[in-house]
Amino acid sequence: MSLNNQGRPTAPESGSGDGGRATFTGNKGLQIEEPLLFEIGRAEVTGVDIEEVADFVPRLGGAKRKTGIGLPGLSEPETIRHYVRLSQKNYAIDTGLYPLGSCTMKHNPRINEKMARLPGFSDIHPLQPRSTVPGAVELIGELARWLMEITGTAAVAMSPKAGAHGELCGMMAIRAALEARGESRSSVLVPESAHGTNPATAALLGYKVVDIPSRDDGTVAPEAVAELMSEDVAGIMLTNPNTCGLFERDVKEIAAIVHEHGGYFYADGANLNAIMGKVRPGDLGVDAMHINLHKTFSTPHGGGGPGAGPVVLSERLAAFAPVPFLRRDGEGWDWIETARAASDEELPFGRMTAFHGQMGMYVRALSWMYGHGADGIRQAAEDAVLNANYVRAGLSDVMSLPFGDRPCMHEALFDDAFLKDTGITTLDFAKAMIDEGYHPMTMYFPLVVHGALLIEPTESESKASVDLFVATLRDLAMSVRNGDTGRFAGAPRLAPRRRLDETRAARKPVLKWSPPDQLAEVST
Amino acid sequence: MRFLPLTDDDRRTMLQSIGVGAIDDLFADLPSAERLDGPLDLPNHMGEATLERRLARMAGRNVPAGSVPFFVGAGAYRHHVPATVDHLIQRSEFLTAYTPYQPEISQGTLQALFEFQTQVANLTGMEVANASMYDGSTGTAEAVLMAHRVTRRDTALLSGGLHPQYREVVETVSRLSDHKTIALPADPGGTEDLLERIDDTLSCVVVQSPSFFGQIADIAAIAEKAHAHGALLVVVFTEAVSLGLIEAPGALGADIVVGEGQSIGNALNFGGPYVGLFATRQKYLRQMPGRICGETVDADGARGFVLTMSTREQHIRREKATSNICTNSGLCSLAFSIHMTLLGEAGLTRLARLNHARACHLADLLAAVPGVELLNESFFNEFTIRVPGEANSVIERLAERGILGGVPVSRLLPGDEALADLIVVAATETSSEEDCAAYAAALKEVLA
Repeated sequence: MSLNNQGRPTAPESGSGDGGRATFTGNKGLQIEEPLLFEIGRAEVTGVDIEEVADFVPRLGGAKRKTGIGLPGLSEPETIRHYVRLSQKNYAIDTGLYPLGSCTMKHNPRINEKMARLPGFSDIHPLQPRSTVPGAVELIGELARWLMEITGTAAVAMSPKAGAHGELCGMMAIRAALEARGESRSSVLVPESAHGTNPATAALLGYKVVDIPSRDDGTVAPEAVAELMSEDVAGIMLTNPNTCGLFERDVKEIAAIVHEHGGYFYADGANLNAIMGKVRPGDLGVDAMHINLHKTFSTPHGGGGPGAGPVVLSERLAAFAPVPFLRRDGEGWDWIETARAASDEELPFGRMTAFHGQMGMYVRALSWMYGHGADGIRQAAEDAVLNANYVRAGLSDVMSLPFGDRPCMHEALFDDAFLKDTGITTLDFAKAMIDEGYHPMTMYFPLVVHGALLIEPTESESKASVDLFVATLRDLAMSVRNGDTGRFAGAPRLAPRRRLDETRAARKPVLKWSPPDQLAEVST
Repeated sequence: MRFLPLTDDDRRTMLQSIGVGAIDDLFADLPSAERLDGPLDLPNHMGEATLERRLARMAGRNVPAGSVPFFVGAGAYRHHVPATVDHLIQRSEFLTAYTPYQPEISQGTLQALFEFQTQVANLTGMEVANASMYDGSTGTAEAVLMAHRVTRRDTALLSGGLHPQYREVVETVSRLSDHKTIALPADPGGTEDLLERIDDTLSCVVVQSPSFFGQIADIAAIAEKAHAHGALLVVVFTEAVSLGLIEAPGALGADIVVGEGQSIGNALNFGGPYVGLFATRQKYLRQMPGRICGETVDADGARGFVLTMSTREQHIRREKATSNICTNSGLCSLAFSIHMTLLGEAGLTRLARLNHARACHLADLLAAVPGVELLNESFFNEFTIRVPGEANSVIERLAERGILGGVPVSRLLPGDEALADLIVVAATETSSEEDCAAYAAALKEVLA
């Protein structure tokens, strides 16, 4: 067994298998083995009928393709079967509870999909004349208004494409604001419990990352910030609620310390779901915060994106928002697309992306907001926190809580103390959940806790659903106590695949399909 | 509230078993002075019918591309997307799955990504591709940063044919991360002398082909000169369909190929979400940003797929990561991959030929309008025309006649007199011959 740097096993124990497959086809009832497209497709087959054009003189400047491409095609029925079979190998929020901590896997209302597909939103071009898209600007303005009200902030940069892109945008605004004051600061404070994107973002902008140690209860102490803060520190990147599922109760004092030294307060908004409608980050001293529309506002994760990461900004940073940005125009909005169109007071630091950002995600997020309203937003936060605490309370006697038995926010964090000396790891425990029909929780994160298991049930789960989930984890925990290691060591047994060899994948990367006769060549 | 399954009874019971009296006891760590006592200053929840009416009214104020003769491109293209594509990406198991962190129950997403990577590598003529970027513009910025890491140099040379907004994205990231860019002036005629500007200080040369103005660049010559000076060649494209007909950048010496994949499988969506394609040489693999899917076996020896090479990534490497990127463009890459599967090589080639034929036809029609000049010697499905007068007002007057005739270059590059009379015009398989004829007739009227 090999380990990665968090002690997480990356290769299965050899000999843990149950031998070959039992059926002729390799299929197991409804679980059908599906070959790669490249093994079943044919170069001459197409699933799209396209008219053949008569001969004409091309004007490709001698750049006409001389080589084959290597793109097999499938007919329409074959295509549908290929992808439907693949889809059936995926777990999804529509399948069951998806307790990935810090990922906020909540229900995705289908009305949002329908709205995003209205031709007036989906079939408009980012550069068609402005006079032909007033409804698009209206929608972006309306979403901006909701985001600013929910967060209590002065402005919002809409265009970032995802959470980490939003972080980059917010930190760029901070760097630009410092430059406008004639200052160049060298470091940024980041708590040890932060998402990896935080230090990666700060480092990308040339900042030295200074770790803030967590205090014993998993939160950041103002004294620790005061000790590290100086006129050479650009600011702090703080997640609140933090990744331990705890609200940073000294957030105002921390903000004040950072501001006293002329620094800025960047908040990672990944966990906004816990506090929306309960408290507004802008009222707590936040200067910039990205909002993961794909978490809090339920735009579908789609197997890893697309996301959307608008960044709300305080008065102190509003002027530095990148193009394109909205400018108030009476009741409506002006859409400012170039730095040249900015006024003297507007100092956009540049541009994050071509065009205007993730319009398709804006429509879904606003549709979610309309569907929930002020009342539903507050209730959703309360239910998310209630469900998490119900999980915590239901498991506190059989699993281990690193910071004692105290209320959490929207996610409950356990460590692996309850697995100590059993030979069962966090990974084993998580993989056994798969056999029970659950997607595991977030594992081995945050790094401040050993063998972390971070559970976020969200507001979308019924009491019955959470009850069954808790009962299942209790049953697994009892197996741990009783030394029934067999349930864990080879898990999962019932999933489409058993544990995969990540070490082999990384050591001998095979990242695309090659024809069998070229394999020998590739592997040398 | 239709989205929230807990009843008031449930809530009471649950609070009891947690051992607190009221929900706000769970929020006790929030500062009391700032805690909101009542709801936000926003309307309460709407029923589905009301919501639909409200949003449909906003959508109704826009002119959809499909409702008019439509020739707008400049980095986003309207193609016909088969109904199969949108149906399949709305399968719950694709739509509502997270990043495939648990490979045993994510093989659907992972195998699709492996197939996507293979399609992108083959299409671009490169050895490896990642599992997608946010879009073409941010992918281009990542390509430049990657070239800096590979060459340990810090200056990128940007061709004047690069999409102006891509250029701005690269310049923004470069400036704020203490790297340098040399951007050549906008090059509508495809006449810039890029070769002359290549020297030993450059980490990379960034060339778009077909360019923002539609010109097809001589990639091989630029590759040779760049390599002679130890610089990488980054080739950018914004129209993936073009690669069905023109030579793969990988076959011409590109070191990194990055582009926008929207035009295959994805709607216009007013600019996003789109999907960035990113491919490079095997030897630069460990400097490539973004998620990567790889083949392996499970404990039974069965083939399976996992996210791999994660020691480059932020969640492992934190401040030492190759990029801060976490999310990719999963569902859009799936749409790309499904559409590409439906097309296959035969369909893609035919689609590309049809696009080129339509554009040639339209270019001839427009060039025949008195006063209009075609700037391009070469192009794929997009070209630049010079009109007498302000391009902006020509486009507005065409819109009044119900024709969306292209992008005035001055919209992206305002304030340059030499560019004020230029329009970038795109034609795809969705631009019918009648549409093309209507455009030419309307342009003639507007210019008369």
